[in-house]
Amino acid sequence: MRFDVLVIGAGPAGLTAGLYVSRAGWRAACLERLAPGGQAALTSRVDNYPGFDEPVSGFELCRRMEAQAKRFGVEVVQGEAQGLAVAAGSVVVRSAEATLRADAVVVASGARPRELGVPGETELRGKGVSYCATCDGPFFRNQAVAVVGGGDSAVEEAMFLARLCSRVYLVHRRDEFRAVKTVVERALNDTKIVPVQSAVVTRIAGTDGVEAVEVRNVSTGATDRLEVAGVFVYVGLLPNSEFLAGQVARDGAGYVITDEDMLTSAPGVFAAGDVRKKSLRQISTAVGDGAIAAMSAVRHLQGLRAQSR
Amino acid sequence: MEEIQATKPLHVTSATFDSEVLKSTIPVLVDFWAEWCMPCLMVAPIVEDIAQDYAGRVKVCKLNVDDSQSLASRYGIRSIPSLLIFKGGSVVNQVIGAVPKSELVKRLEQVLRT
Repeated sequence: MRFDVLVIGAGPAGLTAGLYVSRAGWRAACLERLAPGGQAALTSRVDNYPGFDEPVSGFELCRRMEAQAKRFGVEVVQGEAQGLAVAAGSVVVRSAEATLRADAVVVASGARPRELGVPGETELRGKGVSYCATCDGPFFRNQAVAVVGGGDSAVEEAMFLARLCSRVYLVHRRDEFRAVKTVVERALNDTKIVPVQSAVVTRIAGTDGVEAVEVRNVSTGATDRLEVAGVFVYVGLLPNSEFLAGQVARDGAGYVITDEDMLTSAPGVFAAGDVRKKSLRQISTAVGDGAIAAMSAVRHLQGLRAQSR
Repeated sequence: MEEIQATKPLHVTSATFDSEVLKSTIPVLVDFWAEWCMPCLMVAPIVEDIAQDYAGRVKVCKLNVDDSQSLASRYGIRSIPSLLIFKGGSVVNQVIGAVPKSELVKRLEQVLRT
């Protein structure tokens, strides 16, 4: 398969890049490992995406982005990028199913939830340990659960869980939550949410399912055991960039380094969205990245065509 | 006519689970899902693809956990999508969460080889 521009990933950044390339008259495809939407599709409620004056579910927002991209001719190809190589004037991307070639590639492969890395987490995954409140919350109706993390996702999803569960412990390693102030205030006013600040999880306990989380206060060293049936982990992200190793420059955490035009260290390779090194990871910033990366890719194509003429 | 129907996932409930899944003569992939579960909706087209690709070799079923809560708890489901592969009436392989098609294919091939 050969395209003018191959976009890796069909989340908000990837779909926007595809849309801009297609609308400019070039052939674009998004390579997607699951289905369009990415992480954004898993967000229960999007409150701050401009143009939607009423909250919209992440799934609905992404469904519309996909429909819009397809209206301009973007193809969605199923597969997971496993490797990328830059050869003279073209980029080759390998997936389990196929080898795809393009004149330019936009890497919009996103990020995935970071794990806590404590005993019990792997063993009890799917048995009470979860990284998606909207998916698994309903299994814990009228039971106590813990949410680990202090950012926007952790606090927002704790409020979502408080509507279903009997009690939600919100465990955060610092004494203050990092999430937006108004959101934190709303959460702390919720009588079902019990904040557990300055505490780290040391172990998730249980045999057939989660029974408790063990926490340690970072300033006093005191330990506690919270009896819960579920643990929801929201402690940040890891970039999906392993397939770029040795081909594209990344920072120490694995995020792709770009300039303000979304150019990476490799000619013909651009990056957009959560996979990119940047300060704010939101749907709105992903969409902006996608548009810029697309236009840079189009300029690259025009340059290649001018050379060959 | 029958062949066309057989290539689509079959919806099973508590009433049909024993006969369609546990007593099946070929391996069965059961997709435990719910309407409110977004990754379930994301993995659904992949499950449909598998039903096509493995027609006659693997039976593909979908089980709505809201409609069949007792079955979901019998198999300890606390995260969806959960994709369980049954052979001879018992679970021989299990995938939790939405995974790429290649991963499901790998698991099915393992089950078909043994």
